[in-house]
Amino acid sequence: MSWEIVVGLETHAQLSTASKIFSAASTAFGAAPNTQASAVDIALPGVLPVLNEGAVERAIRFGLAVGATISRRSVFARKNYFYPDLPKGYQISQYEIPVVQGGSLTIRVGDTEKTVRLTRAHLEEDAGKSLHEDFHGMTGIDLNRAGTPLLEIVSEPDMRGSEEAVAYARKLHTLVQWIGICDGNMQEGSFRCDANVSVRRVGDTKLGTRCEIKNLNSFRFMQQAIEFEARRQIEAIEDGRSIVQETRLYDPDRNETRPMRSKEDAQDYRYFPDPDLPPLSISDAWVERVRGALPELPEAMHARFQKPCAADSRQYGLSAYEAAALTASREHAAYFEDTVAALGAGVKYAKMAASWIIGEVSAALNRSDLHIADAPVSPATLATLLKRIDDGTLSGKMAKDVFDTLWQPPSADGRRTKPSTSSTAGGEVALSGQIGSFTTSMTVDQIIEAKGLRQISDTSAIEAVVDQVIAANPAIVAEFKSGKEKAFNSLVGQAMKATRGKANPGQVNTILREKLAKS
Amino acid sequence: MLDSTIAELSAALTARSLSSVELTSAVLDRIDAENPRLNAFLTVEREAALEQAKAADARRAAGENGPLLGIPVAHKDILMTAGVRTTCGSRMLANFVAPYDAHVVARMAAAGMVMVGKTNMDEFAMGSSNETSHFGPVMNPWDVERVPGGSSGGSAAAVAARMVPAATGTDTGGSIRQPAAFSGICGLKPTYGVCSRYGLVAFASSLDQAGPFARTAEDCALLLSAMAGHDARDSTSLDRAAEDYSGDLERPLKGLRIGVPHEYVSQGIDDEVTRRIYEALEALLRLGATRVDISLPNVKLSVPVYYVIAPAEASSNLSRFDGVRYGHRAESYTDLNDMYQKSRAEGFGGEVKRRILTGTYVLSHGYYDAYYLKAQQVRRLIAEDFKRAYEQCDLIMGPTAPTTAFRIGENVNDPVKMYLNDIFTIAANLTGGPAMSIPCGFDADGMPVGLQIQGNYFQEARILNVAHCYQQVTDWHRRSPQGLAS
Repeated sequence: MSWEIVVGLETHAQLSTASKIFSAASTAFGAAPNTQASAVDIALPGVLPVLNEGAVERAIRFGLAVGATISRRSVFARKNYFYPDLPKGYQISQYEIPVVQGGSLTIRVGDTEKTVRLTRAHLEEDAGKSLHEDFHGMTGIDLNRAGTPLLEIVSEPDMRGSEEAVAYARKLHTLVQWIGICDGNMQEGSFRCDANVSVRRVGDTKLGTRCEIKNLNSFRFMQQAIEFEARRQIEAIEDGRSIVQETRLYDPDRNETRPMRSKEDAQDYRYFPDPDLPPLSISDAWVERVRGALPELPEAMHARFQKPCAADSRQYGLSAYEAAALTASREHAAYFEDTVAALGAGVKYAKMAASWIIGEVSAALNRSDLHIADAPVSPATLATLLKRIDDGTLSGKMAKDVFDTLWQPPSADGRRTKPSTSSTAGGEVALSGQIGSFTTSMTVDQIIEAKGLRQISDTSAIEAVVDQVIAANPAIVAEFKSGKEKAFNSLVGQAMKATRGKANPGQVNTILREKLAKS
Repeated sequence: MLDSTIAELSAALTARSLSSVELTSAVLDRIDAENPRLNAFLTVEREAALEQAKAADARRAAGENGPLLGIPVAHKDILMTAGVRTTCGSRMLANFVAPYDAHVVARMAAAGMVMVGKTNMDEFAMGSSNETSHFGPVMNPWDVERVPGGSSGGSAAAVAARMVPAATGTDTGGSIRQPAAFSGICGLKPTYGVCSRYGLVAFASSLDQAGPFARTAEDCALLLSAMAGHDARDSTSLDRAAEDYSGDLERPLKGLRIGVPHEYVSQGIDDEVTRRIYEALEALLRLGATRVDISLPNVKLSVPVYYVIAPAEASSNLSRFDGVRYGHRAESYTDLNDMYQKSRAEGFGGEVKRRILTGTYVLSHGYYDAYYLKAQQVRRLIAEDFKRAYEQCDLIMGPTAPTTAFRIGENVNDPVKMYLNDIFTIAANLTGGPAMSIPCGFDADGMPVGLQIQGNYFQEARILNVAHCYQQVTDWHRRSPQGLAS
């Protein structure tokens, strides 16, 4: 009997406004406790909320990006409950009429493409933080986070299994950063997901009883938690027990979910429209202004990158895989397009740039724990390097050597360091990492000169080497002649070794074959 | 001097026959003399007041001449006053010092008014008699055995007892107009949104509105001109051009159509109150007004609607008083819930608890539609009644309250009877329209009767105009209680 895992996600994206959703206090992360809590945030008697238009604008941006309906009139409601880090004793949220209704996201798992429907997205304020450690039996309250604007994005239970759930979460994570509404920082809690998980037998149309899993603060934990939870539910049902609707907490240390509270404990939040805030009204003109300012969206760009290459079209004929990798963020896409713009039109160059960015650049970024926006090798520099491959100056292997030199390793004090100017060959190389007006081609070429890396493409020089190799290895030549193709590679290797790798491998191949045929 | 109106005092200050320091000193002395008997003030700021008076005199000397410059005022203790204790009449905030000024407080200070102190009130403005105050009842200056009305009872008694020429109140369900009526003075609730609620400790956010108390309509106009104005910190504050409420006071009443709802003059109303109202109407008809009989069929539902909506909002608004950040916290407790329960059980009085419980109930899952939603629907029906009525008439008049001031303790054990006292005033809070109470005579016991004048949205100037014209041909507002300290 096989099972189907059904997942829906609720995501809280912290909106990137400078001030809070209902007060003028700063939303910057990491300030000393309670230094960014205004009279409104600490809920002094007599204070009132005033809605931050920037938060609404970001909600509209999101709604348009997922093809949702923007409610022309939505209502803020109070969600009433007592907790020490909830200063008013209620959270201002949207309940019956959210600002964003419907919409969808396209996800890909392997070669399968799937549309995940969104239920809604609504604006609300975050609570403060309760600090239970360091206070010797007491609890500290930090209200800096209280009133931080959140967009709660609720999906339909359209995902089947942890892979789809993670694909959705990643897609959403990319999108909110892409459209500039959220910094996506999961460590700081700017992007938080809860998963509603249920299981049912394949073929069943009715949804099983769900459990909500909290504390999924990385994609890896999300995947593990969903898998654990689904296993737990399946085992329970197979043992003849039933699933109790409840909220469960994921413990990454033990890789398990534990009950937090059951539905019976669920509080009655006594939602009612907040009388301090008139209904939020959004004009068509406002929606159109926001639409006009939206960047090209990842899905559109993904499709465009795959379209057949044509002059000046910014279409590149890439594979779906390449297009997906290069639209992982707006910065990735810009890096790619800037590289191609500097390199030249044509599917050959697009493929070359794509392959280098997905391969070498990504690997180097991972090694040095940098974001692509901070890559020490600029798109223009990369383009110059790729030109040297294209014109035969460098072999692929040599180019990687030059690339590694161009890549300024981060200094001892960590990432995002300004390149130093003290290293030898790197003296000028370092500067190439800074986006600016440098003629970076000089730098690439200087490295090639300095390292003596220029490829040997002179036919007579290569012929001489090949002659030497044939003369010195009669046994291997004989093997080749008896039909062992492997022996040929051995001879190429000898020729490359003799030139310390600088001979143009293509030319070595051709000349060697010619000479062997004649000999 | 203390019998003078703001307009008269202002003229004396302008003529330099009186200084604000002299006036403020006299006011403070009167407060000291009367307060032990009336309990109208919870806090008196003598030194700060004299400093402000000195500053006002200096502004006069420098050539400034505002009508409120140097005039003493008392604020209801629900309005935040920077550096001054603001209790809301509750043990919960018995020691709470406000860190900022309410918008209306700041505006009156900017106009040069001298804040002499904070007045007693029903706890968190929940009450119609000032008997729910943690700091004891306020006595009615006309008869200290009786209540001054509520919830702004301290402010009304203070103005009636000539302790201060002007005071602020707040009106959620008649809390300015009913005490004005019981205390024989004028009190105006403006259109919802005319005065900012920023710094007014919320009772029921969709109903709360601050307004002035004074002895004449002319004075109320001066005070309202200072209090009103847009405030970006209150999303329900209306952004409209500043209005001079004093500009149209003398407009003749010829052509004025006064609507008299039969619901306001039928059963359940004290005979003497009804007679005084008819006499007042006759006086206005003699000034050229005409009477239109109208009907407000849904107004009878005002009290039940109010006692769903106001407690619902209050139950949420008062959640912030949890003992965590400020206000009363129980001395000992075992855990978080115990701290909440004890702090709130000790900090709130019986009437506040009753309303929190009622409000929590009507918002609860399964009851919301039957109570809260239904009440909001009826609220709209009541507003439609008034909309229709204002097609037939310019203003609506009737008694402010069905009786004159009752005796202290008389209604405390019968909340429904107490609530019915607000039957005529509550509709203006539900619709948001402006309404005023002015003195129109006395009953056989010598207790004042109030005439309520209601108008359509933003008709404050018209209401004040009619009240002023009435006060030119009557002298009820000139009467003062017997036995005041000299």
